[in-house]
Amino acid sequence: MAEKRTPALLVEDNRYCPGCGHGIINRILAEVLEEMGLADEAVVSLAVGCGGLMMYSFGTDWIQAPHGRAAAVATGIKRVRPETCVIAYQGDGDALAIGFSETMYAAIRNENITTIIVNNGIYGMTGGQMAPTTLPGQKTATSPAGRDAETTGLPLDVIAFMKERKVGYLARGALHSAKEINKVKKYIRAAVENQQSGGGYALVEILSPCPTNWHMTPEAAMKHIEAEVEPRYPLGEFVKNGVKVNA
Amino acid sequence: MAMKLMKGNHALAEAAVRAGCRFFGGYPITPQTEILEYLSARLPEVGGVFLQAESELGGINMVYGAAAAGCRAMTSSSGPGFSLLQEGISYIASAELPAVFVDVQRYGSGLGDIFQAQSDYFTATRCGGHGDYKLLVYAPASVQESVDLTMLAFDKADEYRNPALLLSDASIAQMMEPVELPEMRDVNFDRPWAMRGKHGGPNKRVSSTMYYIEDFDAYIKAKYDAMIAREQRWESVRVEDADVVLVAYGVSARICKEAVALARERGMRLGLLRPISLWPFPVKGFESVNPDVRGYLAVELSALPRLRDDVLLATGQRVPTESFLGGMHIPEPSAIIEKAAELIAE
Ligand SMILES: Cc1ncc(C[n+]2csc(CCOP(=O)(O)OP(=O)(O)O)c2C)c(N)n1
Ligand code: SF4
Ligand SMILES: [Mg+2]
Repeated sequence: MAEKRTPALLVEDNRYCPGCGHGIINRILAEVLEEMGLADEAVVSLAVGCGGLMMYSFGTDWIQAPHGRAAAVATGIKRVRPETCVIAYQGDGDALAIGFSETMYAAIRNENITTIIVNNGIYGMTGGQMAPTTLPGQKTATSPAGRDAETTGLPLDVIAFMKERKVGYLARGALHSAKEINKVKKYIRAAVENQQSGGGYALVEILSPCPTNWHMTPEAAMKHIEAEVEPRYPLGEFVKNGVKVNA
Repeated sequence: MAMKLMKGNHALAEAAVRAGCRFFGGYPITPQTEILEYLSARLPEVGGVFLQAESELGGINMVYGAAAAGCRAMTSSSGPGFSLLQEGISYIASAELPAVFVDVQRYGSGLGDIFQAQSDYFTATRCGGHGDYKLLVYAPASVQESVDLTMLAFDKADEYRNPALLLSDASIAQMMEPVELPEMRDVNFDRPWAMRGKHGGPNKRVSSTMYYIEDFDAYIKAKYDAMIAREQRWESVRVEDADVVLVAYGVSARICKEAVALARERGMRLGLLRPISLWPFPVKGFESVNPDVRGYLAVELSALPRLRDDVLLATGQRVPTESFLGGMHIPEPSAIIEKAAELIAE
């Protein structure tokens, strides 16, 4: 068995709620950057949202982007410092509601950055309001009777929008089992490798639990992803090396 | 050095390149679009990056990223676009990053129209976005000054690690005048705080500096107080013996200069105080005004008084202080003189 070492990039304990998916994803990102020898080259454009709590625990250079604008901030950095490895780390509300334009245009320009979108179906940081990714019927702080798809639309599948465009890499993973977590690591690694080889825009969306605002135990939240969320959001790699693949 | 005939917007854009600006992200809007167009061709020639953003929000946030990476970076806009920049400007100021913005003022709230105005004075000088910050604000009154103040804005933004704004307007931006352009500057972007990967050092964190600075309230006030003490700029024309002093910047100041000359020919003692820095407002400029001055007239191209507030604050309201509001129209010097005469007659 390989030794379970804490990556040096995790400089402090994270500040997420127990059972939060952000902690797992931060750790995977730290491991990938270290394994690829990129800890010193990486710059993270941090979204506003629970992911922003990375500022306390993640040891790369980072910049706090305004809510929704992480992809535009990442663009500015990457264009003037092409030698850095630029990661935009965002929540689903951040990337897909207020920042949908900035997110899509980074993909449309095939910007050579790596974006991670943490899809927890909710606005975590502000206390569990409805997000673009909230499932039909899902109760949230602003959809107390459950999301009404008639008046608020269907959950947003960003990869469905992006895969028709010229981009480098697109994948969606989930955190509900060790097997899926390993795949997420593989996807994040591929997305960073894509940037390092100048492959253009790369995105990994991750189905992630928010036990606090789902009002579930961490275990129940993981089961919920498998049973309810995953059927809505197909997993796998959708574009690799700039070519569409059949996931 | 040879003089060159140039349009205000083009001269400003070329000055930015010569100041070492190597990143521009922006969005078209009249009357600033020529800055964008010019830089789309010019920046690649010098190894810089031009990006037409999907919106002003995109543009300003690209500038935020580029500035954080140590690059001299700029965006420009006007009217509705200037409103959209404010969120990003607040972030850039709160992270204490240098960057330069341009607002080529156009008339009107809402969509407004594309002709010249000076109505964005408050947005520019007070604090257009949320929180506590100030921009260094410079107001060119000629094409040459569009060049000189652009160079200055980049230098001062670096010196104070605070963004600077060039507050121009449609007429200064569109006029053609001969200019002398400065030499190309070579700026080292590998500043100690620049984000470029930590390379063995501590990780750099770009965010509101309030998270890291002890006694932040006092710190940030002292920073802006230092600018107030050192960065006031103005030009005064015959204020020492003036009965009435006009206060005007940018295109209005040009008309006021004519008004002063005309009034003096007629034996009327009119003077002009022209703020060049709008923030910090040149309060010191008022020290050389005739102690027996009988009134001030703030002349500006807006429908509601703006500049007048700062004149009142600078002078302590000792004498009558009125506005001459050009609104949509560039006023005739004679109309300004008439209003100034009324002020003394009262
Ligand atoms: C302009 C602006 N609007 C609203 C907010 C408040 N806000 C902070 S985080 C957030 C939602 C974050 O949700 P998401 O992006 O899904 O991230 P999560 O916390 O779920 O990981 C909101 C609305 C803000 N900071 N800025
Ligand atoms: S509120 Fe949700 S997303 Fe935020 S830290 Fe807690 S569990 Fe994670
Ligand atoms: Mg979320």
